[in-house]
Amino acid sequence: MRKYDSIIEVQNDLRSGVLNLPQLVRYYVSNINAKPQLNAFLEVWEEEAIKRAEEIQNRFNKGEAGKLAGMIIGLKDNICFKDHAVSASSKILEGFKSIYNSTVVDRLLAEDAILLGRLNCDEFAMGSSNENSAFGAVKNPLDESKVPGGSSGGSAAAVAGDLCLAALGSDTGGSIRQPASLTGIVGLKPTYGRISRYGLIAYASSFDQIGPMTRSVYDSALLLEVMAGGDEFDSTASHNAVPEYSKLLETKGKKKIAYIKDCLESPGLNPEVKQRIYQLIDQLKAEGHSVDPVDFPHLDHLVPTYYVLTTAEASSNLARFDGIHYGYRSKDAAGIDNTYKKSRTEGFGKEVKRRIMLGTFVLSSGYYDAYYGKAQQVRRVIHDKTMKVLEEYDFILTPTSTNEAFALGENTKDPIAMYLEDIFTVQANLAGVPAISLPLGRKQSGLPFGIQLMGRKFEEQELLAFSQKMMNQEV
Amino acid sequence: MSTVYDKYELVVGLEVHMQLMTKSKAYSGDANEYGNLPNTNVSAISLGHPGTLPRVNSKSVECAIKLALACGMDIHKYVFFARKNYFYADLPKGYQITQDKTPICTGGQIKIKTEDNSDKWITITRAHLEEDAGKSMHDQDPFDTLIDLNRAGVPLIEVVSEPEIRSSKEAYNYLTELRKLVRYLEICDGNMEEGSMRCDANISVRIKGETAFGTRCEVKNMNSIRNVQRAIEYEMKRQIDVIEAGGTIQQETRSFDAANGTTFSLRSKELAHDYRYFPEPDLQPLLISQKQIEDLKAQMPALPQELHDKYVSQFGLSEYDAMVLTNEKEIALWYEELIKHTKNYKSACNWINGPIKAYLNENALHIDDFTASPEQIASAIALVDDGKISASAAAEKILPELVKHTSKNALQIAEELDLIQSSNEDEIIGLAKEILEAWPDKVANYKNGNKGMMGLFMGELMKKSGGKANPKMATAIFQDLLK
Repeated sequence: MRKYDSIIEVQNDLRSGVLNLPQLVRYYVSNINAKPQLNAFLEVWEEEAIKRAEEIQNRFNKGEAGKLAGMIIGLKDNICFKDHAVSASSKILEGFKSIYNSTVVDRLLAEDAILLGRLNCDEFAMGSSNENSAFGAVKNPLDESKVPGGSSGGSAAAVAGDLCLAALGSDTGGSIRQPASLTGIVGLKPTYGRISRYGLIAYASSFDQIGPMTRSVYDSALLLEVMAGGDEFDSTASHNAVPEYSKLLETKGKKKIAYIKDCLESPGLNPEVKQRIYQLIDQLKAEGHSVDPVDFPHLDHLVPTYYVLTTAEASSNLARFDGIHYGYRSKDAAGIDNTYKKSRTEGFGKEVKRRIMLGTFVLSSGYYDAYYGKAQQVRRVIHDKTMKVLEEYDFILTPTSTNEAFALGENTKDPIAMYLEDIFTVQANLAGVPAISLPLGRKQSGLPFGIQLMGRKFEEQELLAFSQKMMNQEV
Repeated sequence: MSTVYDKYELVVGLEVHMQLMTKSKAYSGDANEYGNLPNTNVSAISLGHPGTLPRVNSKSVECAIKLALACGMDIHKYVFFARKNYFYADLPKGYQITQDKTPICTGGQIKIKTEDNSDKWITITRAHLEEDAGKSMHDQDPFDTLIDLNRAGVPLIEVVSEPEIRSSKEAYNYLTELRKLVRYLEICDGNMEEGSMRCDANISVRIKGETAFGTRCEVKNMNSIRNVQRAIEYEMKRQIDVIEAGGTIQQETRSFDAANGTTFSLRSKELAHDYRYFPEPDLQPLLISQKQIEDLKAQMPALPQELHDKYVSQFGLSEYDAMVLTNEKEIALWYEELIKHTKNYKSACNWINGPIKAYLNENALHIDDFTASPEQIASAIALVDDGKISASAAAEKILPELVKHTSKNALQIAEELDLIQSSNEDEIIGLAKEILEAWPDKVANYKNGNKGMMGLFMGELMKKSGGKANPKMATAIFQDLLK
């Protein structure tokens, strides 16, 4: 069977009859089974997916199917699907099944998407390499000695490896975009509040966003329009109208694009990546867009601010995993305090514990003002400065990652080096703006890297349309 | 005789948690109902399952606004929530959603009576919204603690007073007033036994005349207003005894033991939790509009203090009568209905505080179950005022009939029972003469100055007339005949 890169191709073949949906599900299942070493899927809901494929195929034949008929999706293992296991790739949720649907799952199912299984990730979405999973590392399908990035590494590997057509990821500081960059796919982090977080296992509530990971901008736009919109179960979800992004992918006129010079001159940036960015800048200028360098004097503060605030929120969000109510409880726990200590010590992985400790520290009385309070203020400054740039410019252009995918084990010894992987991506989460990683870079090694565009809040339509243009023009 | 205790002054501030009577919980749509089977008022949200998010129940915000309006508190336009982090088995999220630096209301006052019955205003520091925890039950199973999460997420308002309370009686009166107020506002049922109203007392002592506060202890677990009073009395003595013995008070949390009226230490300050409060990132700040406040103001019921003042200053009732009438909202409302039909405010008050309450008590009824209507009672008041029946006949004979026959008025019943007082002078003179002739010795007695004999003559007359003789007229006739 041919490889499909967009639901448009799938639906065309469904229409012409050369493809039927159960066939497509079986194709992905066989791909998954053929490459178990990728370790992308933690669980495949094969039987259920095929049954649903048959039903949707029937509806499709009658012209009654939803707009996602043909979209075969993997869910990051931190998104709740009723009566299905969900573990955030952590031992602490051992044996846990969700008793409700996340809002995104409800909306995807209502449009006839097929949910194929759940995808490995960094434990509680904490990581940049997908090596922090209780179920083992995920491998990059483009080079199995390399990481796929993280935390949505399973999602990226599944989409890049043709194990499903699309996947959902979640992005707290780059967890959709950085793995998209390292696996050569499209990863969109929408505006904070564009998609309901209800049913997403929280890492850092004021940063987390669910987003699509796809092989085309069109699929990203289509999934966004289905999932976005107000939700009575998430009071941080915006009620702004949701455009039909997938029908509005044509960009008009000349754009003003900013790039942050210090960003491109940072010593950590790989020269090939840097060269590619400048090449793109020249190309955009040649097309008549204005592309200007802007000052952004807070680059050094991005990652520390991000880690103070996200670990603080995480320390509270992860308190509910206590060994009492559900999930893992230590076998030899006795008494309440002992149950907490043993269950959490055994149930959480090292990186998660590190972040809980950090977050607990920065919120502690006596340290709150110096860390959490200060970081809140810095976040406000970063937000305001980003807004100011985006008042004048339509987009901010940056690399998504400093380099191509790194080797498994390369950064695991040094958490700081790993945290600096987030340097280009955290700004969008700190400011709450939408950002997309586009597979527009390829190194001599043959491995891809992504180019990131940040846009104005709730202007995903412009961002996607311009992304489509950039993808179409790629030579 | 003065004792060592008289050297000291008591300083008390109270923190009162009240469960709000909303249909659903503070941050979810789960039912807020007391007494259901364990773990039935729960969804994924109350259970604190991963991925769930809170949403604010606007009704609990309304409750806070009503209380603020009643106590003259400032209502803050932007409502921010915060997380209070601590581990406990009945706290499924591992944190409580509350308000920290930005409570919904600040300031305001509650008027109470002091020890010597004078008025005193107690300042309220703040009132904030939060959620209740579940219940851990340690006595249901021999091996395990069982957890019921029905209560988890029930909306609470916590009202914190300034440390302006100076006696256990003032504390008692403050809680009584606050409870009365929330019952009038219908935001909390104020039931301390069932835990829908809970009080923690911050208690310290100092030498009279000192301006600095002593070290305080927080006392918890008092399940009645009376027990708050007892706990404060015990704690005051205990603290003075420690100081007098040369010791110092340690800041700590103590628990009240109702069985023997004492307090015991739960945990010291060093072991106090660090709750790591921070802004709740899952809830957007809520905006309270001036219109919302005005709308609620327009719907505010009459409050006990207002009614009390009206009854005393406009109706001329005694402080005591006014207090008894306003203690319970339903009684006050019944009185308010009654005085729509009669202008005899005093008599209306006497009817409620007298025969009606007696009837309710005898039959173990609440005023809401009282079948006679205010119009009916007003008709009885009018009949007495017109001299058609005696007050005692109205209370003893008419009232039971009014309750049974809610379509009849007092006059109809009085006529049916033949209770209309006779004002037929000839008839009364005839009977009076018969009585005086039958008791010449008593008449002599009267004439010798024993005016008490009149009661005897009147009693006899009432007996002979079947209680229908107009007593005023009869007295005048006797006086005339005995001249």
